[in-house]
Amino acid sequence: MAVTKGVILVGGPSKGTRMRPLSLDCPKPLLPIAGKPMIWHPLAALAQVSGLVEIIIIGFYEDSVMSGFIKDAKREFPNITITYLREYRPLGTAGGLYHFRDSILRAPTPQHIFICNIDVACSFPLAEMMTLHSKHRGVGTILSVTVKKETATQYGCIVTDPETQQMVHYVEKPDSWISNMVNGGVYLFDKTLFDEIKVAMDDKTARAAEDPLVKPDEILRLEQDVIVPLAAAKKMYVYETKSFWRQMKTAASAVTASSLYLNNFAKTSPELLAKPSASIISPTFIDPTASIDPTAKIGPNVAIGPHVRIGKGARVKDAIIMEGSVLEQHSCVLNSIVGTDCHIGPWARVDGAPEPEAEVKGQISVTVLATEVTLAPETLVRSCIVLPNKSLDRNSANQVLL
Amino acid sequence: MKALILVGGFGTRLRPLTLSWPKPLVEFCNKAIILHQIEALVKAGVKDIVLAVNYRPEVMVSVLKKTEEELGITITFSVENEPLDTAGPLALARDILGKDDSPFFVLNADVTCTYPFEAFRDFHLAHGCEGSIMVTKVAEPSNYGVVVTKPGTTIIDRFVEKPVEFVGNRINAGIYIFHPKVLDRIELRPTSIEKEVFPAIVADGQLHSYDLQGFWMDVGQPKDYIAGTCLYLSHLTATHSSLLSDPTKNKWVYGGNVLVDPTAEVDPTAVLGPNVVIGAGVKIGAGVRLQRCIILSNAVVRDHAWVANSIVGWNSNVGRWTRVENITVLGDDVTIKDELYVNGASVLPHKSISTSITEPRIVM
Repeated sequence: MAVTKGVILVGGPSKGTRMRPLSLDCPKPLLPIAGKPMIWHPLAALAQVSGLVEIIIIGFYEDSVMSGFIKDAKREFPNITITYLREYRPLGTAGGLYHFRDSILRAPTPQHIFICNIDVACSFPLAEMMTLHSKHRGVGTILSVTVKKETATQYGCIVTDPETQQMVHYVEKPDSWISNMVNGGVYLFDKTLFDEIKVAMDDKTARAAEDPLVKPDEILRLEQDVIVPLAAAKKMYVYETKSFWRQMKTAASAVTASSLYLNNFAKTSPELLAKPSASIISPTFIDPTASIDPTAKIGPNVAIGPHVRIGKGARVKDAIIMEGSVLEQHSCVLNSIVGTDCHIGPWARVDGAPEPEAEVKGQISVTVLATEVTLAPETLVRSCIVLPNKSLDRNSANQVLL
Repeated sequence: MKALILVGGFGTRLRPLTLSWPKPLVEFCNKAIILHQIEALVKAGVKDIVLAVNYRPEVMVSVLKKTEEELGITITFSVENEPLDTAGPLALARDILGKDDSPFFVLNADVTCTYPFEAFRDFHLAHGCEGSIMVTKVAEPSNYGVVVTKPGTTIIDRFVEKPVEFVGNRINAGIYIFHPKVLDRIELRPTSIEKEVFPAIVADGQLHSYDLQGFWMDVGQPKDYIAGTCLYLSHLTATHSSLLSDPTKNKWVYGGNVLVDPTAEVDPTAVLGPNVVIGAGVKIGAGVRLQRCIILSNAVVRDHAWVANSIVGWNSNVGRWTRVENITVLGDDVTIKDELYVNGASVLPHKSISTSITEPRIVM
């Protein structure tokens, strides 16, 4: 069987600022989504691919940030080599891949390489992508998804030949509408990808020599600098997923992504979820170290982290409760993220609106409490973003609390 | 003695409650507003009561029929074919009010206070003039008509409507007592007692002012109805009324001023107060938190709900983990589903609410 490797592109601390305030205290790849670090989801999917021997995580977080997760992942997937490669500076998605090409290509030399962006939540139909990929003679296969027309231009837009699934055109975040089919952030490439990146890099250097507006740096983006010419050369194919897919760029999208993954767990691995009962509505993830009063009502679409304590008659729905937080009796948390070590007083209410499909500027949907936020008894926080270490004893709605 | 209660029209200011019940029959601290007044009048020796109304709801007739029998009094509905303002109804009821030389009371139906009618009557009889009006002290008199008396007396010198500079802080409390000869000053047409009749009596030096002790509130609209409820409950606490739930015997009472009808069921894990009224047949679930609110008869507040500064109408249902606040008024038979947030809503009768109302509005 052909050797396959996986690459997960995680970016770094200067990226993912829209994940604030959560990313102020927890690096984005490690944010708990459906009870698992965000990066766990693509990693676990890659680990299921037959013939996959190694997963390489590329980013510019310090090694110490990622080392805990890498250690846990190695224990969970002992048959797969898992390494973190740190870029000394942001090199762009393709630049980073090229920079570490020797590490990626070292023996056992892979025939195929999966590449996953950290910020997508989906079912990772990697086997289906492989099946399609082995049927065509292109360099790469891209996961695509059909989105609503109003939101399509926020993504990389793809035009395909419906007969052959060949990509005929690609534009990253176009100004005007091109197609409802967009880049799903998961790719499968032959190892010749690196030859294509080399061509793109030489091309850029050549252009930089002629055009002073093009910077002669190593920064190279996978989408604009590599996929666009590959589409033009008819070397890309498209696998369209009909399963769930969601981008995770904002803190609010973490709640949506978490609930998509939880619903997927219910179908694929129900053993990861809490057992449904009178007080627990599936799908719900509850860390074994959390303590939940039997009179509380939890779920659906809830993920509860380690050492969380939930009091008598509390209600949690469509929410992420992060490590060490306390929800006192009769409190109510809906459509919200409660950060690490928060304290929600009795009868307090943390409430948000579900994340809308298209973001409206200046409008907050999901409430996000960052680390160590304290809510006095009976207070209401609705559709607010609350920065770390705040103590709130008044009702607040539709605002950022610095 | 006799009395006339100015009931007036449809009580639109207290909607949506008054869409289901005539305003005088809406409970105030578990008793119809008008019964508070009738009982106090009867205590002061009143036998004949005239209700000045623009309409004659059958339900009111039948409820008051019982009251008549129980209290041994006569209640007459004086129906205006056109609105006669505040003085016209006196002329319309002349046959009753002027049937003998005993004085008669006039009161606005929206006013709540301690109703010290006996002392007021004695005051009136002692000075022997044509009329007396009750006055109450307010902190900010600039929005009212201020009553100014002649120095060293209770004789009213003049009225100053919405004073720009401070002339006093006693305002008309909407409760009067008159000698029947006042009827000679009033014609049967729309007339204002405050603007047309009083100035004439004052000119003759025949109107006295009587200081009302204790609380006073016009409860004609929801915000004031809630505030008036708090004042009334504090009055009950101050007079050590046995009607209030005893915090030493009921551990669910928090902060006092909690009035619960004996037929209501309150879960022992609920926390009620301060300033809560629970009507007949109401059910309060486990872990419910109520403060500064009125739950009218046969309503249900389900487990873990939180209600403040609001009125829950008859037969309504507040869902589990639902939060209701900010002068929300639920009409008769309204259902709020579980886990919702209701902020300052006025909900008309028989509605079922299944999404949160985050900003104050009227739900038709």
